[in-house]
Order: sequence, then C-alpha cells, then structure tokens
Amino acid sequence: MILVWLMLILFVGGIAAWLSESRGSDVPRVIALVAILLDLALVILMLVAPEILGLTSIDNGHGEWLVLFEADWIPRFGISFIFGVDGLSLLLIGLTVFLGVISIGSAWHEIKERSGFFYFNLLWTLAGVIGVFTALDLFLFFFFWEVMLIPMYFIIAIWGHENKEYAAMKFFIFTQVSGLIMLLSILVLVFFNYQTNGVLTFSYFELLGNGLAGEIGMLVMLGFFIAFATKLPAVPIHNWLPDAHSQAPTAGSVILAGILLKTGAYGLIRFTVPLFPEPSQVFTPIAMTLGVVSILYTAKVAFAQTDLKRLIAYTSVSHMGFVLLGVYSWNAQALQGAIMTMLAHGFSAAALFMLAGGLQHRIHTRDMDKMGGLWSVAPKMSFMALFFTVAAVGMPGLGNFIGEFLVLLGSFQVSVTTTAFAALGLVVAAVYSLIVIQKVFHGENTNNYEIEDLTFIEMACFALMMIGLLWMGLYPQTMLDMAEPTLRSLGVAFP
Amino acid sequence: MSTDVLIDLLQVILLTLTTVVVMLVAGFKREHGLVNILTSAGLAASLLVFVFIDPVLPLQATELLYFDEYSLFFSGLIIFGALVVSILAYPYFESHNKLNEEFYILLMTATLGAVVLACSTHFVSFFIGMEMLGISLYAMIAYPVHADKAAKFPLEAALKYLIMSGLASGLILFGIALLYALTGTMFFSDLAPAIEAQDVASSPVLMTGWLMIIGGIAFKLSLVPFHIWTPDVYEGAPVPVTAFLATVSKAAMLAVTLRLLLVSDAFQYDALMLVLTVMAAASMMLGNFLALLQANVKRLFAYSSIAHLGYLLVVIIAAASVPGMLSVESMSFYVAAYFIMSLGGFAVISALSNSGKELDMINDYQGLFWRNPWLAAVMITVLFSLAGIPLTAGFIGKFYVFTSGVEGSLWFLLTMLIIGSAIGLYYYLRIIYAILQPIKKVSKQDPASKAIPFGTNAVLAITTIFVIYLGVYPMPMIEILQSLAASF
Repeated sequence: MILVWLMLILFVGGIAAWLSESRGSDVPRVIALVAILLDLALVILMLVAPEILGLTSIDNGHGEWLVLFEADWIPRFGISFIFGVDGLSLLLIGLTVFLGVISIGSAWHEIKERSGFFYFNLLWTLAGVIGVFTALDLFLFFFFWEVMLIPMYFIIAIWGHENKEYAAMKFFIFTQVSGLIMLLSILVLVFFNYQTNGVLTFSYFELLGNGLAGEIGMLVMLGFFIAFATKLPAVPIHNWLPDAHSQAPTAGSVILAGILLKTGAYGLIRFTVPLFPEPSQVFTPIAMTLGVVSILYTAKVAFAQTDLKRLIAYTSVSHMGFVLLGVYSWNAQALQGAIMTMLAHGFSAAALFMLAGGLQHRIHTRDMDKMGGLWSVAPKMSFMALFFTVAAVGMPGLGNFIGEFLVLLGSFQVSVTTTAFAALGLVVAAVYSLIVIQKVFHGENTNNYEIEDLTFIEMACFALMMIGLLWMGLYPQTMLDMAEPTLRSLGVAFP
Repeated sequence: MSTDVLIDLLQVILLTLTTVVVMLVAGFKREHGLVNILTSAGLAASLLVFVFIDPVLPLQATELLYFDEYSLFFSGLIIFGALVVSILAYPYFESHNKLNEEFYILLMTATLGAVVLACSTHFVSFFIGMEMLGISLYAMIAYPVHADKAAKFPLEAALKYLIMSGLASGLILFGIALLYALTGTMFFSDLAPAIEAQDVASSPVLMTGWLMIIGGIAFKLSLVPFHIWTPDVYEGAPVPVTAFLATVSKAAMLAVTLRLLLVSDAFQYDALMLVLTVMAAASMMLGNFLALLQANVKRLFAYSSIAHLGYLLVVIIAAASVPGMLSVESMSFYVAAYFIMSLGGFAVISALSNSGKELDMINDYQGLFWRNPWLAAVMITVLFSLAGIPLTAGFIGKFYVFTSGVEGSLWFLLTMLIIGSAIGLYYYLRIIYAILQPIKKVSKQDPASKAIPFGTNAVLAITTIFVIYLGVYPMPMIEILQSLAASF
C-alpha cells in the first residue's frame, strides 16, 4: 500500500496544484513542494526504518521484496497490478523523489506562466516514473512507460524554448514508436509462454525462465532492447535527446537527464537480460560495441557543440554508454558500476542542467561563444559548475568515478579491447568538460554580463547534490549493499 | 408471430414509432425544440428498452432479422451515436437554419437502417438496411443547402457521396445476385453448405461475386483504394452529420461485414484474404500519410478514420486464423472505443461551430487550452485516445488489435500498424500542440468563450469519462464482450 500512497500523493498533489492556480501563481509551487517532500519523507522512512511503516521483507523465490503488492486488473488477459520494491527499485525511487525536490527548486523562480499546470505535469511525470520502477507486470510496466511521456511532452511543448515543437514531437515519437515495438515483443513473449505453459499471464515472475530462444528469442529481445536503448539513449537512436534536453525548461531537463534516462537502464537490468538470457548472451558483443561507440562518438560530438545544454546532453549519452557497457558485461562489478553510474550521473547531470538553465535564465542565451569571464561575476555559480563538471569527468572521491571505474573493472573481465576503447572516453571527457569551464567562466567578460549569483534555493539544491555525490564517492558501500540482493536474485554471481 | 419476436423487435418498433411521430409533429407544428426533444426521447427510450425488458436471445425474428448479444451491442452503439448526433444538432442548426425539422426524420430513418444492418444475417435485410442508411445520409449531408449561409459545401459533398455510395450499392447488389445465382440462398449461414453441395468453390463467378461485395463494402467503409470520397464528404457535411457518418454508418457496416465473413466462412478463399490484406496495409499507410498533409481537422479526421478502419481490418483478417471469439471481441471493443472517441472529437468541433460558421482549421484551435480548458481537455483526451496512448480506450483497443495480430501471426500487417501509428502520432500531436500554444489573437467573438449548451456538455462529459474509464478499467466491458463473443 505504501507504493500506492507514494504515487497517490503525487497524483493528488498535481491536481491540487493545477486547481490552486487561480489562487495565485505562488500557491501551486508550494503545494508541489509539500507533496514531493511528503514522498521524500516516506522514501527515507522506507530506506532507514521500514519497520515503522510495517514493512518486512518477503522472499517470493525471485529475490527479497520490501514491498510486494498484487491485485487483479484485467484477468481476461492475465494482467494484474504487481508492484514490487527491492534494493534496486528503492535506490531509483529515492533518486526520483530527490531529484523531484531539486527540479521544483530549479523551477521555483523560472516558471511564472501557468505554473499550476506545470507543477501538475511535473508531479505526474514523477509518479509515472515511480510506477515504471516498481511495476512487475509487463503490461503495467508498459502502461507507466507510456504514461510518463505525456506530462513530459506537455512540459517541453508548453514551457520549452525556441524550437520546442520539433523537440517535443521528436521526443514523443521516438519513445512512443520504440514503445510500440516493445509492446509487440511483450505480446509475442506472452503468447509464446501461453502456448508452452498454457498460462496467459503478463507477470514478470511467471515469464522469467520462459525459454524463448533462437531467432524468435533474438527478435523479441531486440524489441525490448530498442525501447530501452532509445530511452537510455544509445547510439544510433540517441538523437531525440539533444533536442529534447536543449529545448526543455530547466526542471524538464533535470528530470529527463536525471531520472527518465535511468528508466532505460533499469529496463535493461530488470527485463531484457533476465527475460532473455540466451539471446542477450549472443547479443552481448554488439551491445558492448554500441556502448563504446556511444561513449566515444557522443563525447566527440559534445566537444563540437556551442550550445551549452546540447553539450551537456551529449555528455549524458556518453556517460550512459558506460551503463550499457556495464549491463551487458553482466558481472557483479560491472553491474554495480552501472547502477552507481546511473545514480551519480543522475546527480551530476541534473546539477549541470540546472546550472545551464540558471545561466540561460540570467543571460538569455545558451551559446557558449557569447559567454566568458563569468567567474568574477558569479563566483558561487562558477565554483558549482567546476565541481559538477569535475564530478562528471570522474574525479576520484566523487560518485561518477566509482561507477565508471567499476564498469571498466567488470567489462575488462569480458572484453579487454572494448574496455580499452571505453577507457579512452575518460580522456575525451576531460577535454570537453574543461572547454566548458574555460569558455564560460574563464577568459574575458566580453559582453559585460552582470548577473545575480546563485540564490539561496539554488545553493541549497546544489549543496544537497554535492553531499550526495561525495557520499557516493567516499562510501559507496551504502548503495552497493542495497543493489546487491537484487543483482543476486537476477543470477549475478558475487565473489 | 410469437411474443418473443415482438419483444426482440421492441427496439426497432420504438425507432419506427418515433420516426412516424416526429414526421407527424413536424407536419403540424414546426418547432425545432419540440421535434428535437421528441427525437432524443424516442432514441433514449429505444436505447434503454432492453434494460427494463429482457430480450429473448438468440432469436431469428422473421427471416430478415436476427437478434443476439452481438447485434444488440451494435444497435445499442448505433442508437447511442444517433442520440448524441441529435443532441449536437440542435445548437448547431438552431442559430442559422430556418427549417430544421426534417433533419430529425432523416436521422431516424438512417438510424433505423443502421440497426437493421447490424441485425441482419440475410442479404435482403443487409441491402435494405444499407440503402435506408445511405439514402437518408445523402439528404442529411446536403441538409443545410437552403440555409442563408451554409458553412461548407453540403451539396458538393452530398453529390459525391450519392454517386460513390450508389456505385458501391450497385456493386454489392450485383455481387449478391451472382452469389444467389450459384447457391440459391440469401442466408449468410447457408452460403457455405450450398457452395459445398453445388461444388462451386472454385468457380470464377463465386469469386467475382465475393470481390464485388467486398469492393462495395470497402467503399462504404472508405478503405483504400475506395476512399476517395471520404475527406470531401467529411469536410463538406455539417459537423453532426460528419459525426454520424464517422461512427454510426461505419459501425453498422463493420458489424454486418464481420458477421458475413465469419458466418459464410469466406476466410477460406485466399484471393479474398489477399485483397483484404492489401486493403488493410494500404489504408493504414495512405490514410496516415495523407492525414499529415491536412490543415483541416475534419479532413484530418477523415484520413485518420481511413487508417483506423485499416487497423480494424487487421482484426477481421486475423479472424481467419485465430478463434473467431477473439476477433469478435477485439473488433467490438475497437469499434466501441473508436465510436466513443470520435463522438467526443466531433462534439468538441460541434460545440465551436454552427451551421453558419464551422471552426475546423487546426489554426482555429491554437490556444484553446487557455481559452476554454474544458473543451481543450476533451479534445486532447480524444486525440491521445485516437493515437492509442495508455489511460485511454484507444490504447486498449490497439492492444486488442496487436493481440489479434500476434495470435494470427500477421507480421507484415503488424509492421504496417506500427509504422502507421508512428505517423499517426505526428498529426495528432500537431493538433495537441496547437491547442497548447499561447493564444494568438483574441477575436471579439471567440466561439470558445460562448456558453456551451447543457446537452453538448453532457455529451462531452460522458464521452470523456468513457474514454478514460475504458482505458483504465476495461474489465466490465471486456466481460460483456466475452459473453457476446461466446454466443456469437
């Protein structure tokens, strides 16, 4: 029931925020903040003291679940509500809710028009994402997978920047079409299972070990892979992302980069590989190559950008390449690394987009050629930019380093060549990141910008994300311990 | 004639009675409101009659009509659609048209024809129903032609429909004649045994007959390549009539088509299946592609309906290889979903239009979300549903189509379906995007700011609630359809 509450608070909060618009443009944001803080409190309770909420772990033969909820939905097709939370889900829900708070912080001063409908969409996206991270019925999963798109589409289409129509449309069509391919795959899988076992069911647990192999298995697996790789995103289906990110309002970018991309990675870990072990095995070399190509190619492309947000967007694709590499290496280190990268990138990318958005809000451009010398004008902002850039590059002591290091460690055991090329990504990352610092914050303030430095709310958001990254970098064991049981239940051997 | 037959015929009798009463009242007292209320009441009564009196099912009532859950389901839909059209027609015609009373007589006869079509298992009732529906529609499309200022070009549309539909009826009639010449029967269910008994399964005459019937049906359902009339007629007709055309006439035709093909075992002919497959693929592709180019919402809906009929044809083709029950269930669900969402969409257009001025360009909808959030919300819900996005009835419908396709292993058609849906998203999103944009210019008489009549509001609310209810909790509906399919 606790999960229902998590989503319900956001759904109801969203509606309340929308309705409250007529009472003044400041009311919706307060309501949204209250809703998301309530959720955050619940999630923290789940993390720290689940017994207060009356939660005890249940072992159903497919791992330990802190929460497991089942109810009929459409029995005609064997579709039910199955929600489950284990370590991995809980980590990602935590990330979702935390970045939800951050995104409200980043929208606080930016969104002035129609704020009620904005916060409605924001909260509904978050609720949809929580659904994705907890749904364990393939139909239900697909349902949330699509539902989280609609409010995000609204956010980009209404509050986006100059080229929003194109960006919003591209975002929606890419994810929707890849989603339809996944739906087709889900149906083939379900009917195959129906023919072999005589049970019509969409339940994740019952479909595990379906034994779909050979050419059909490969095609069905690819259907899942395409959907998740589009969301991740991986080259060559990544090109919706730079448009969507650069056109979205700051809070939209924060959610897109910080949370929505992680649903793709989560899908790969939770569904693609466990449901189709054999075809995935065959597919591993291709997937790992795609991962490396993503890392290197998009890093190169990022270097060529002058639009700050586009640059950060491309670096996101590059970092997600490590996740792809880690997932398909499928051993303890690599997977732990992939999960750490997901979490750490969620923080660092969100922070960088928030900075870029903050800059755009202040100087009304994202063109780096028109920036320069901002360090003396806005020292706090510049320091934050430096910190999160360095974090994204993979500075030891911060979360991203742990993630990428573990991925490389794990993938080294699978393929030395691939790992060698992937490691080059770290070098290129340093190049494109430092160019940002140099162009934007150093040099001469040719345009004589005089901007307001970070506000208290922004400082608070950045400080929270700093603490998170430092924690992940200095004591990653907290997260690793939580993810381990999930990975064990998925059949990963731990030393 | 036993009482059972009379009970089952009650719906049809009520419809006929309403037609006569409306005609008499219109003859003596010309008052739009009164006639409208009488029509709506008559439709509502025939819609609800079986809630109070249990029909005897299944029953062959006279040679021509057959009542079972399937036919009742479709008659229910049809009458509901007609009721909505009647409610929308009042505000639409009231302001600009002088003589509105005959419209309702035509609406009643068209509805009666559609109900007969849905209940027919015999070629004679099939043809009678089709012609009653068709001939009433010609006049309905052309209805505003005498108004001082017609919004569109009703006469052109009616003429196009008359010629095309007449041609199709001719084709069907010739096809029926050929089949009758070979088999000596007009009952759908007697066709297969008769063909076997006479050993004419490979006769070219038989195939010619079937192809003519299918061709004629394709005209009526506006499947590619028989779709040419659709956009012009949709655009030229007054909005309530377009709504009727898009929902009632399509649903009635679909109901009888699936029954004809299933009962007469027509799926055994490979040539027929090939023709259907080509038409389905072409409809999905062409319908969606051409919809991309439209700037007029009614034309866009016309092309999108061509595409949706293509999706439905996938279900019908799948019936050849999957258990008939699933395809009956799938088609009924899709038709119901499509019915509801189309009515919702046309209700929004209708609320913004009258017979003097129709608001049907995509540009007209710019900023609707900020001008009239209620209408915009309905429109957005309907468009998402047409695009097949979860939380809406359209998604469950599409899920059914996918399920049928996967069970029937129709990989080619499923690929076309995915490509078609992808293109479809683009044009639905274009309208949604326009709705969400800031208001461009506010004219002094913004049609979006005028008060919406109670009836229209009720229609908007009911369709939206149904679209979302069927999308979130479709189980009650599925149970009805399962029992319907089982008794088919």
